[in-house]
Amino acid sequence: MTPPLVMLVDDEVPFVETMTKRLAKRDLNVISAFSGQEALETIDKHRNVDVVVLDVKMPGMDGIETLKKMKAAYPLIEVVMLTAHATVESAIEGMRFGAFDYLMKPCDMEQLMGKVNEATRKKRDHEEKIREAHVKEIISKRGF
Amino acid sequence: MTKNTQSTDHYFRSLNRNIILIIIVVSVIPLIIVSSTIYYQFRASYHAKVNDHLRELVQSHVQNINHFLQEKLSNIRLLGDNWGWDRLADESILKERLATLQKCFGQDFVDLGVINAAGEQIAYAGPFKLAKADYSDAEWFHKAIQSEFFISDVFLGLRGLPHFIIAVRNSGEDGHWILRATIDFVRFTTLVENIRLGQTGFAFILNNKGELQTTPITKPTADIIAGKTIYAEFLAQPPISRGKVGVAVKLDLAEHENIYIAAFLKNGDWLLVYQQRMADAFADLDKTFLITTVLMFFGLVAIIIMAFTLSQTVVKRVAKADSEKQLMSKKVVETGKLASVGELAAGIAHEINNPVAIMVEEAGWMGDLMEEITFDESENRAEFERAIKQIQTQGRRCKEITHKLLSFARKTDATIHDVNIKELLEEMVTLSSQRAKYSMVEIRTDFAPNLPSLRVSPSELQQVFFNLINNAIDAMDHDGGTLTVSAHHRDNYLVFAVSDTGMGIPEANLNRIFDPFFTTKPVGKGTGLGLSICYGIIEKMGGKLEVESMLGTGTTFIVSIPFQKDTDRQH
Repeated sequence: MTPPLVMLVDDEVPFVETMTKRLAKRDLNVISAFSGQEALETIDKHRNVDVVVLDVKMPGMDGIETLKKMKAAYPLIEVVMLTAHATVESAIEGMRFGAFDYLMKPCDMEQLMGKVNEATRKKRDHEEKIREAHVKEIISKRGF
Repeated sequence: MTKNTQSTDHYFRSLNRNIILIIIVVSVIPLIIVSSTIYYQFRASYHAKVNDHLRELVQSHVQNINHFLQEKLSNIRLLGDNWGWDRLADESILKERLATLQKCFGQDFVDLGVINAAGEQIAYAGPFKLAKADYSDAEWFHKAIQSEFFISDVFLGLRGLPHFIIAVRNSGEDGHWILRATIDFVRFTTLVENIRLGQTGFAFILNNKGELQTTPITKPTADIIAGKTIYAEFLAQPPISRGKVGVAVKLDLAEHENIYIAAFLKNGDWLLVYQQRMADAFADLDKTFLITTVLMFFGLVAIIIMAFTLSQTVVKRVAKADSEKQLMSKKVVETGKLASVGELAAGIAHEINNPVAIMVEEAGWMGDLMEEITFDESENRAEFERAIKQIQTQGRRCKEITHKLLSFARKTDATIHDVNIKELLEEMVTLSSQRAKYSMVEIRTDFAPNLPSLRVSPSELQQVFFNLINNAIDAMDHDGGTLTVSAHHRDNYLVFAVSDTGMGIPEANLNRIFDPFFTTKPVGKGTGLGLSICYGIIEKMGGKLEVESMLGTGTTFIVSIPFQKDTDRQH
């Protein structure tokens, strides 16, 4: 399995920078964005992003809004919400709009890695199924 | 604190005093006005009645006496005319006539006498030895000889006893002669004595000179003499008004107020006077006054007792309500304080959370790097590792603290979005379905098609419906039932109804269910804040939260929230 491509989105620059280094050290490909808008733009360039780790509370476009738009454009991308709220409401809301799971900030690296791997697996499985369906379609069309 | 208590005490004391004063003033003034008016009217009419009665009495007696005198006079005139000088001069015939008169009229006539023009008594019939008496010098004789008839005042005369006479002038061959009769003074006095009323009422007759013509029963001669001025006033009346009955009220010698009623008789020669003490004449009125006063006194006492009791009850209730209110506002303030503390804590926690997250990440990064670099096996490496671990441990500790603070504040997200009502309600119903199943409650939904979306905070609306649905399930907890959630639009409002088939809410509680801290749930089960928070949320949205309930049938909560039409929104 090729290492997952993860995008980190948070307005706290030092947090993103350090987290990037740490994830990269764990053999992940990491790209980052510092706002919702930037995240949407970045993802347009890197369509093979597997998992987005998205902070809920950001100035301007917040995490939920970003999630909605992202999911609308790229339904297969899995998103893990990062929240400072102990309340489940915002996380639940995020999951209602298609987020894979949520984590509370500051998060444990092992937990995060676990979620990222799960999400990647899910996404890859999903892609695999689509690929198989395509293959089946081609096979049936060509009459093999 | 003491000062506060003192001022509260002062307030309640003055409230107590004011209530007492108001009750007394409001009750006593009408009582006094009504009582005095009635008494005044009664007194006036009673006075009029007594005066009329006394006038009537005096008038009828005047008539009686006049009639008596007239009758005696007629008798004597008839005797003179019928029997003539010749026969009446015969003493035996005269005695016979006197006997006849006494037989017919009782002892009214004492004696009879026949007197010639010279004043000599020619014949006499009677108990006194007055035969051959000479009246030529007597005043009455002179008056009698000059007129057809004459009724004298009371005088002592030759017999030395009070009496009065009726004299009739006749004409004979030798000129005028007089037939004279003496009227029994005692009998005559009886006529006047008959007028006796109460304890002090008596009557008497005065002549023009103010001399007594009868003996008053109580013999208050001194009074009568002292009261001469009042009699003189009556006597001084001009002849023209002498037919009327006069009334006067004056003080007598003993300083008692007396009522005097007087009327003239015997062609204005005599004055019949009736006199009575006012206190006696109006004794019944005084009695009435006494009864009224006693009743009023008891009424006043009753009013005062009532005022004190009532004011104390009212003040007690006010004080109780006041302390309850104070307790309530204290609670509200405490809740408010708690909420602000919570908000503050949440704000701080949130702000701290991010730096802590960065610190933890940095420490993590350092840890990662430590694994890569091959230090010399020195003591320092162990120390670095320990320090990084410590930073991570303390960071996690910070995280726990901030998360606890945030969960304590538990602030509902009040951000406003376009909310798809149908989805929201369906979600709420789904969330509650498991609980409903355990309580044997069937949930039905009834949503009108094409429900417009609302621009509200979805979290807040969720909270409202979560509360209403949970309450409804609680209401049917024992026996199960049907819970109906419906949504319709009416005019500019979205109207939701959450109905249960539970036991209903008693009318007494219906007004209070939206009050903060009002709950009928067992202690620890409900805070009494749910419905009051719902009410606040709906009010904030510009809507209404209403309740309809029937005991034994069920309860319906109706939420109406205004929505903006698309056209409005464009504006």
